Amino acid sequence: MSEIALKDIIKPENLVYQKTKLMTDKPLSYCPGCGHGTTHRLVMEIIEELGKEHETVGVAPVGCSVLAYEFMNVDMQEAAHGRAPALATAIKRLWPGNIVFTYQGDGDLAAIGTAETIHACNRGEKIVIIFINNGIYGMTGGQMAPTTIEGMKTSTSPYGRDVSIMGYPLKITELVAQLPGTYYVTRQSVQTPSAVRKAKRAIKKAFQNQLNNAPGLSFVEVVSNCNSGWKMTPVDANHWMEENMFPFYPIGDIKVDGQLVK
Amino acid sequence: MGELKLMKGNEALAEAIIRAGTDGYFGYPITPQSEVLEYLMAAKPWETTGMVVLQAESEVASINMLYGGGGTGKKVVTSSSSPGISLMQEGLSYIAGAEIPILIVNVVRGGPGLGDIQPAQSDYFQSTKGGGHGDYRLIVLAPSSVQEMADFVPVAYDLAFKYRNPAMILSDGAIGQMMEKVEFFEPIPRLSDEEVKKRYAWATNGKPKNGERRILTSLDLDPQKMEDHNHHIQEKYRRIEENEVRFEALQCDDAEYVLVAYGTSSRVSLKAIKLLREKGIKAGLLRPITLWPFPTKKIQELVKQGVKGFLSVEMSAGQMVEDVRLAVNGKVKVEHFGRLGGMIHSPEEVVEALEQKIIGG
Ligand SMILES: Cc1ncc(C[n+]2csc(CCOP(=O)(O)OP(=O)(O)O)c2C)c(N)n1
Ligand code: SF4
Ligand SMILES: [Mg+2]
Repeated sequence: MSEIALKDIIKPENLVYQKTKLMTDKPLSYCPGCGHGTTHRLVMEIIEELGKEHETVGVAPVGCSVLAYEFMNVDMQEAAHGRAPALATAIKRLWPGNIVFTYQGDGDLAAIGTAETIHACNRGEKIVIIFINNGIYGMTGGQMAPTTIEGMKTSTSPYGRDVSIMGYPLKITELVAQLPGTYYVTRQSVQTPSAVRKAKRAIKKAFQNQLNNAPGLSFVEVVSNCNSGWKMTPVDANHWMEENMFPFYPIGDIKVDGQLVK
Repeated sequence: MGELKLMKGNEALAEAIIRAGTDGYFGYPITPQSEVLEYLMAAKPWETTGMVVLQAESEVASINMLYGGGGTGKKVVTSSSSPGISLMQEGLSYIAGAEIPILIVNVVRGGPGLGDIQPAQSDYFQSTKGGGHGDYRLIVLAPSSVQEMADFVPVAYDLAFKYRNPAMILSDGAIGQMMEKVEFFEPIPRLSDEEVKKRYAWATNGKPKNGERRILTSLDLDPQKMEDHNHHIQEKYRRIEENEVRFEALQCDDAEYVLVAYGTSSRVSLKAIKLLREKGIKAGLLRPITLWPFPTKKIQELVKQGVKGFLSVEMSAGQMVEDVRLAVNGKVKVEHFGRLGGMIHSPEEVVEALEQKIIGG
């Protein structure tokens, strides 16, 4: 058998997959196995596939994905903690022909930014919100989040979340689905290849809604692991997520084309 | 010039906002400035100039809408009164850090806390010294009439865009609520999207076809780069201090005593210097129009010219007086005379204060 050289393999006709040019070459700052990186890629692939590279403005949050603007190769603004939907509201209203999205963590979107989230949804802003729910404050070192499930240990719930003291985990996605201003609300995950494919379809639908000037906001939750914050290996974290988070945060569409899914 | 109109300060401000080619107003009701949003909603400028008007869910949201909208290169403005402006401080700090030109109007009321709805000048520190966290400044213009409520809108926009910095119109409840005649400037057309893109290469409104994408952020995790960024901003502030000081000096040429006052208290002080001159006391009035940058050099000139004492007349417990003292630097006497919590001085009180605190003291 003759030797196969690299140059014989790397040929255009053999190309099956390529990093989207809308991801920069900067190495991701995320922990290996974290869902942030995968979700970034999906969003950018979709913007590229929709041909909207030059008409997109993204808004990054404060959280682990605070540096999303370093990786997403489109015009980006970096918001204060929780305020991304307010920025996006004005961007979209002043540039209605542009595609506008926010990318936010659960502390950002469902704690400090709850008011901005609810009101952007309720006004029916024609934007896309991508919401990474990892049940924890990843960036600040693993404190309890509004989404931390009952019994889950974090650095500020070291004996597990006791709902009688700390209150209940907030299902903000179910909550915004109740608002007349949301048009599409879905919960996805990115821990397996098939989950990634489904999440991509959902995110694409969200952006397509905006392109079609659908009457309302499209909201995509991605339940994701924070293996560092949860103090688990990436594989264990994904198993833990499937066993413990998915029952409380079931994957699937909640509202489609303005109608709640029965 | 256009026709004369009789209007409230807040209404004149709102009309000027439309005429100045504003692209978006975002605000939340609060007394004594609610007429601004009311006027805009009644005027429906989206049907004429295409301007967006939106009632936000809070002042936190309004200021962050300004970040987003201003960050795309559009002319955006909000107005509020003291408690609402306090809520905006985080956003202002981010806006200053990311160098986004926006306009914010504070129609000040008495504080602290919920205070009252009467005019005050007790937000001077907050407005001129930064207000939020980090080293930054707002360009602050202080109108003293309904006419200036209108005129300062395009001036403030120009300064904001020239320096890519937030600008503030610092008014008060008296100027906002009182009715005076006003003559409006010729309407300035809104820029088209293409003009915005051409003028402001830094703005994030869609990556250029043959160019790099843009990022607006106030973050840099590398402290050396953050220091460099701070130096860059400070250098800009030095240029503003050098070039943008505005003031009005009334009867200062032969003055032995000078009242320093802005906004409503400058109107009272104007009457006071008239009364003082009638008594044979050579009094003048220095009215800072920009509170930051402050007319420090003018005050130093007045000291050189032989002014024997300054009285800072403020509807506050003594805020601007600190800047007057810094300028005078101990060379002559500087005192403060304040009414607090929404009260306004009478001209006679000011006369008496000058006589007792400066001339006799
Ligand atoms: C006003 C303000 N309060 C607190 C913080 C500190 N802080 C930064 S990120 C963060 C939580 C982020 O958690 P999340 O939104 O869930 O994002 P993740 O890192 O988990 O992706 C907090 C509390 C801040 N930056 N600003
Ligand atoms: S800390 Fe958690 S959320 Fe942040 S990058 Fe690591 S795994 Fe991801
Ligand atoms: Mg989180």
